[in-house]
Amino acid sequence: MVTTEGMEEEEKWLAEGIAAIQHNAFYMSRALDSDNLREALKYSALLLSELRTSKLSPHKYYDLYMRAFDELRKLEMFFREEDRHGCSVIDLYELVQHAGNILPRLYLLCTVGSVYIKSKEAPAKDILKDLVEMCRGIQHPTRGLFLRSYLAQISRDKLPDLGSEYEGEGDTVMDAVDFVLQNFTEMNKLWVRMQHNGPVRLKEKLEKERSELRDLVGKNLHVLSQIEGVDLEMYKDVVLPRVLEQVVNCKDEIAQYYLMDCIIQVFPDEYHLQTLETLLGACPQLQPAVDVKTVLSRLMERLSNYADSSPEVLPDFLQVEAFAKLSSAIGKVIEAQVDMPVVGAISLFVSLLTFTLRVHPDRLDYVDQVLGACVKKLSSKAKLEDSKATKQVVTLLSAPLEKYTDIVTVLTLSNYPRVMDHLDAGTNKIMATIIIESIMKNDTCVSTADKVEVLFELIKGLIKDLDETATDELDEEDFKEEQNSVARLLHMLYNDEPEEMLKIICTVRKHIMAGGPNRLTFTVPPLAFSALKLIRRLQVQDGDMAGEEVPATPKKIFQLLNEIIEALSSVPASELALRLYLQCAEAANDCELEPIAYEFFTQAFVLYEEEVADSKAQVTAIHLIIGTLQKMTVFGVENRDTLTHKATGYSAKLLKKPDQCRAVYACSHLFWVDDQDGIKDGERVLLCLKRSLRIANAAQQQANVTRGSSGPVTLFVEILNKYLYFFEKGNPQVTPAAIQSLIELIKTEMQSDATTPDTASDAFFSSTLRYIQFQKQKGGLMGEKYSPIKV
Amino acid sequence: QNYIIGAFKPACNISITFGDGKSRKPVPLKKENGQTVMVPLFQSQENIAGKISVEPVSGKKAEHNGIKVELLGQIEMYFDRGNFYDFTSLVRELDVPGEIYERKIYPFEFSTVEMPYETYNGVNVRLRYVLKITISRGYAGSIVEYQDFVVRNYTPPPSINNSIKMEVGIEDCLHIEFEYNKSKYHLKDVIIGKIYFLLVRIKIKNMDLEIRRRESTGSGANTHVETETLAKFELMDGAPVRGESIPIRLFLSPYELTPTYRNINNKFSVKYYLNLVLVDEEDRRYFKQQEITMFRLAETS
Repeated sequence: MVTTEGMEEEEKWLAEGIAAIQHNAFYMSRALDSDNLREALKYSALLLSELRTSKLSPHKYYDLYMRAFDELRKLEMFFREEDRHGCSVIDLYELVQHAGNILPRLYLLCTVGSVYIKSKEAPAKDILKDLVEMCRGIQHPTRGLFLRSYLAQISRDKLPDLGSEYEGEGDTVMDAVDFVLQNFTEMNKLWVRMQHNGPVRLKEKLEKERSELRDLVGKNLHVLSQIEGVDLEMYKDVVLPRVLEQVVNCKDEIAQYYLMDCIIQVFPDEYHLQTLETLLGACPQLQPAVDVKTVLSRLMERLSNYADSSPEVLPDFLQVEAFAKLSSAIGKVIEAQVDMPVVGAISLFVSLLTFTLRVHPDRLDYVDQVLGACVKKLSSKAKLEDSKATKQVVTLLSAPLEKYTDIVTVLTLSNYPRVMDHLDAGTNKIMATIIIESIMKNDTCVSTADKVEVLFELIKGLIKDLDETATDELDEEDFKEEQNSVARLLHMLYNDEPEEMLKIICTVRKHIMAGGPNRLTFTVPPLAFSALKLIRRLQVQDGDMAGEEVPATPKKIFQLLNEIIEALSSVPASELALRLYLQCAEAANDCELEPIAYEFFTQAFVLYEEEVADSKAQVTAIHLIIGTLQKMTVFGVENRDTLTHKATGYSAKLLKKPDQCRAVYACSHLFWVDDQDGIKDGERVLLCLKRSLRIANAAQQQANVTRGSSGPVTLFVEILNKYLYFFEKGNPQVTPAAIQSLIELIKTEMQSDATTPDTASDAFFSSTLRYIQFQKQKGGLMGEKYSPIKV
Repeated sequence: QNYIIGAFKPACNISITFGDGKSRKPVPLKKENGQTVMVPLFQSQENIAGKISVEPVSGKKAEHNGIKVELLGQIEMYFDRGNFYDFTSLVRELDVPGEIYERKIYPFEFSTVEMPYETYNGVNVRLRYVLKITISRGYAGSIVEYQDFVVRNYTPPPSINNSIKMEVGIEDCLHIEFEYNKSKYHLKDVIIGKIYFLLVRIKIKNMDLEIRRRESTGSGANTHVETETLAKFELMDGAPVRGESIPIRLFLSPYELTPTYRNINNKFSVKYYLNLVLVDEEDRRYFKQQEITMFRLAETS
């Protein structure tokens, strides 16, 4: 209520002010038209008196000011034409000073002053100096700021700048600079003082009003930057020190922040680079509440852009030791501002790091130095608790990853892991994930054991439990995801040199073994496969000549693999282990290492016997075993017999009849390897098939008893297909007669009432028959073979 | 007096012309009836010479007991209006008793007249110079004509002219130091100065510099003092802080000032003061008054 009322009141005052200005402007114009100087002065002073109001906010006051400003332009035009008013500019300069009220007086003085300078009847510097000095009479912040901004405005094109018509004969650039600097200083003082003018409860309002006026102050810096004659030398020796002196001495946070930013934005990058020390030297002297980090960040951003813009400026950066200076400045700021929250310090480091990465991408030592400083800052506390700061640290650590797509570079940074140490477990994991993602995205290959060591140090959050309490709350999905990413990472660790690769594997092993049972199921397989890959490579390379001296021998790796897989027993993940054993056995087979292959099989069988209890799992496992075993060529007769015997034995001992049946007929393949040197024991094949038929029969009967109907004939058809396979492969024990009788059997079964009709098995059977028909009709050798069979 | 006679029968027309009237600068003079007339300007030690023409109306003869011209320096106090105190009185006889038939010209001269005081029109006192021509007649009454003129005396710039510098204040509240570049100013001078704020604990709204004229008339128990503010010149707008210095530049030419008059013929004095006034936000006034000496510098034209 009060505020709206206040605003309405203010509108009213503004309207009154404008009306009065218009009124007096009318009479002033009339006086100007009739070349009446005295009247013109009278009405212009009256008009300007409206600016004496204290009732308007800066925003509204500006409105009023602009109207007066427009009128003053007309007056200035009139002043310029001496023959119209018949008064020399010098006399005019005195005449306007007769006004009793100071504000109109000074506006008029500035207006005449502008004409005076233009007339060149007196040195520009003297007039400027006089004006800027006289303006001290206005100590009211708003009115003073506007008056001085008027002065700045009218003098802008009249400064004795280099190459300007007002330069020379004692008027130098220095005078122009002095003038602007002085006006700037006074304006800033007024601006700062606004803060203290008024009750504390209105602080917020005052701050808002102040910020509306800041550009009036900043404009001076802009003018300074536009002065041609301000070269680097002058900027360094005069302009910057004096501006900074004012900035530091004003002890006002709003002003300091704004002006520092202004300096950074308006002056050329080149100057900043050459005056870094001075500029940065001011930062620790600023008020504690000043957002120095943003200021510095902007500076660094500008410098980075500058460096990007043209490569030829890079030597300058090195020459002035930009990095060292920025780095030490940041250190000092952090030291000076004891109350600065950690997040502030970290974000400063982030900025510095970004700067380094952009300007000196080749200087890893700089990056490490930044991280080192960050560690120092963080070292006061064990873990970072502030979530914002944590976020900043993540940004800090991600920056080098983004820059150096090659993660390997990052691995050389000794302080990188030390920074990570200060993160809490959750963030540590996030960071580790980011690192892994980066590796994946860029397809980076980590190729030495040392680097792997470092890498694992970095991602240890994922590798092992850092914090025991946290594990309970862990989301299973997340955990899976994390571990999967670790698994993917393991494939990126690669070296062409077998020896180094072995080292890498050992290193990885060391780390993942520490990861606890939950992780092993994810991490062991990739590691095992990685090792197997190495074995295969060795096998290709060395063939038989694997010398004893070479440390990376398949044997050795197999030992390692054995240990690795053994670790899974602690999980337990027996099925996984079993698969891995089989994989190893296969590899050992390829390396023609019979004892090792045998050992792996043994392990697999032991696992099967002792650990695989679930019947379904048993089925899967036995099929895997059979499949693998069938491929094995390395075994001598005795070993092979033992293993096949075991496998067949297990098959027949499966719980469900159909499973038994299927496993048994699968076993038939163990005696018939369809390649040149493969074992071809037709008799035992047939034995297996017959046995499976028996089991199928038993299954059928069992079904009949328990459910009153026998199951579908699928099993028989499957067995028939096996018969056909071996028949075609030329197993002499499989005769057309046997096939014929099996076909008949199936047909009878299908017609029997007890059999449950099943379209799938029917279809299966009829397509099998069709196949036979096809083979018969095809003729040739195969056709002949098939001819005895009738369908 | 003049009128009444004129209304009756202006027996003679009297007119006065100064010998160097054409080259002499006319200056405005405010008469007691409020009208401003232009009159010649003299200074002390000058010769005042000219011609007086007496012409009887419409060719009649005019009898008289003698014609004289007097140069009078008079001080008139307003509480005693109409009663002139002549501090200077010089007489020249122009004609012996006789008759005038036609226009007659009388040259006159007062050489190197001592006119120590300047013409002054104050609040309570007036100092004037006048030429008084009297045609004495018997019963018909004398014919008297007056001619005012203005006297201004010029002073060379003083050999010693110290600045005025002073520190004043209210304890723990306001301390300022001000400085005016001179203590003696000529009438078209400029006051240059500075005010330093050494301590500011009050909220100042503005600061003015006033020029005050203090006219004292009479003496002893009858002394009457009148103070006028001739100029009110704003020096500062807003509240300064410690360490600020505010410039002063006040041109005196726009104001109607006179030189400082000290004890003119034991009748009156006119003194000038600079009054520095600070006004705070509650409109309380803090001021410090300093006398300055005004003098008239010969105009170089």
